[in-house]
Amino acid sequence: MKWLTHLKWLNAAKTPMFGILRIAYKLLVNDRAKFMALLVGIIFAVFLMVQMTSMFSGIMARASATVVNIGAKVWVMDRSVNTVANTIPLPDYTLDEVRSIPGVKYAVPLYSGGALLKLHSGDYQAVNIVGLDDSSLVGRPHLVSGNIQDIFAENAFIAIEDSEFRKLENPKIGTDFELNDHRGVIVGIAHVASSGLFGVPTLYTTYNRALQYIPNSRFTISYLLVEPKSPQDVANIKKQVAAAGYLALSQEEFMQKISNFYVYQTGMGTNMLLMTAISFIVGLSISGQTFYTFILENLEKFGALKAIGAKSHELVMMILFQATFVSIIGYGLGVGLCALTIWLSKLYLPDYAAIIIYRNLWIALGMVVIIAGISSYFGVRRVLRIEPFDIFRG
Amino acid sequence: MPAIAIEASGLTKWFGADETKTFAVRDFSFEAYFGEMLFIVGPSGSGKTTLLSMISGILRPNSGSVKIENLEIWSLSTNAIADFRLRKVGFVFQDYHLFPRLTTVENVAIPLILQGRNWDEAIEEGRKNLEVVGLKNRADLPPVKLSGGEQQRVAIARAIVSRPDILIFDEPTASLDGDTGRSIVAFVRDNILNDKRCIILVTHDDRILSFADRTLYMQDGRITSIEQAKAHEK
Repeated sequence: MKWLTHLKWLNAAKTPMFGILRIAYKLLVNDRAKFMALLVGIIFAVFLMVQMTSMFSGIMARASATVVNIGAKVWVMDRSVNTVANTIPLPDYTLDEVRSIPGVKYAVPLYSGGALLKLHSGDYQAVNIVGLDDSSLVGRPHLVSGNIQDIFAENAFIAIEDSEFRKLENPKIGTDFELNDHRGVIVGIAHVASSGLFGVPTLYTTYNRALQYIPNSRFTISYLLVEPKSPQDVANIKKQVAAAGYLALSQEEFMQKISNFYVYQTGMGTNMLLMTAISFIVGLSISGQTFYTFILENLEKFGALKAIGAKSHELVMMILFQATFVSIIGYGLGVGLCALTIWLSKLYLPDYAAIIIYRNLWIALGMVVIIAGISSYFGVRRVLRIEPFDIFRG
Repeated sequence: MPAIAIEASGLTKWFGADETKTFAVRDFSFEAYFGEMLFIVGPSGSGKTTLLSMISGILRPNSGSVKIENLEIWSLSTNAIADFRLRKVGFVFQDYHLFPRLTTVENVAIPLILQGRNWDEAIEEGRKNLEVVGLKNRADLPPVKLSGGEQQRVAIARAIVSRPDILIFDEPTASLDGDTGRSIVAFVRDNILNDKRCIILVTHDDRILSFADRTLYMQDGRITSIEQAKAHEK
């Protein structure tokens, strides 16, 4: 802790307030037990809050993996679709209907559905099959080995090398498998931006082969992927699609719809909110109580400072500085610890879904500010109430 | 005739209201002079601390005035009074009130830091004042490592570091044994008091009364007698 007591910028400062803040700083860090307790409280709270919200963000990101990976600007679907995985097939004529809307540059069908593979070892493995439009291959993944043209070869599939890839027994080009008594062959290995939520590998093939290999209902199109001629055309496309009884959403809107489903209709959002709130309360309890005790222990000294000639606003600044300092250090360490935990977890658990995004960091920072604010509020109140006369009276 | 340091006139302070109204100090007037060590003595509840607080700019009287170097301090704003205390008055509290998490010299330097002095300069000045009270080699220790008498000396060093005209001692020997208490007051008389400084000391410790130039005896918020020290006692 020695290094903390020699901050050069505080030492060099010539403004009166800096000297006072340096006293505040020393009072805080030299009381190591309380300083550590305060830090642990904040770190613990930040860690839990960032961890919870990061897990939630990770799950949400994975829930929209297909939307992100395909990358179409506008998605047309049945109005009852809640998530990308729960498709409601569209009639084939909707493709022509959408293509005829003014402002549509092109529209292509997409197949997305589940299937059961019989691997080379004889084991079965559930997979997600994505069928790309045969003529355009819109939404094709980035190949790291193989040739995209080979997707048109007989029985051809492209395997996505993500955290689930090993479940396909780490296939190579030429590895074959069975899908509903059809032979399938891996002709390429590709990468995508995001892995799926449900822990199953993903295979890409052509739309027609997907229909051929997987038993289907009367209607077969999972989604229509639409490229508008210009961003201004999107509104009209959405309007026309709605008039036809379907739903057109931009990529962001579709992701938000999926997110809303998980947040509001599965209980996941409530659970995450509860856990985050509990983390906040735990952090507030530990840090608030410790900080308040710290202030109470120094209350007479603050009174003595007042008697000597310190002004109330200077004492308030001391307390706010202490609360802010411990919060910033605790926040940084808490975020660092969380990042380390997620990194280590992903090393050993490739499926681990947590991702730290700026929004989560802002949320945690906001909560830390509230913790610091509430903690210091009660301390400030006590310090403002103490009268120098009380010090004389003992 | 020495110059008047403090001129208190008609000081009255009461607490509570109606049936609970209690007078702590009633119509109290006195003068204190530079170069003088004035003791205020009285039993518990006689109003010593209230009086001390009013003349040092800590507790506003209900009526009366306090002039220090011809400045009516209770006409000042709250912040101005705080500034006045910071620059003109030094306090030595009964329980010292040193910060245990700061070093001894940092404790001493606090008034200078509050005045806006550069940290390093304030610390250097603090060391010089610790030397004055004979604790130079204790400068970097925390106060809790010092004896009661040493802590009282640190408090004295803190009180004088900003070179105040008025020094206020509140029961400075209450937490010390007899010999240490006497030695502290003797030290203050011999080393801290000078012609440009006035020391007011509140006590009910009879053993140190011989160090006073004058002693004001209080009871029920009023002066009961004023005793001038005999020449041989000084």
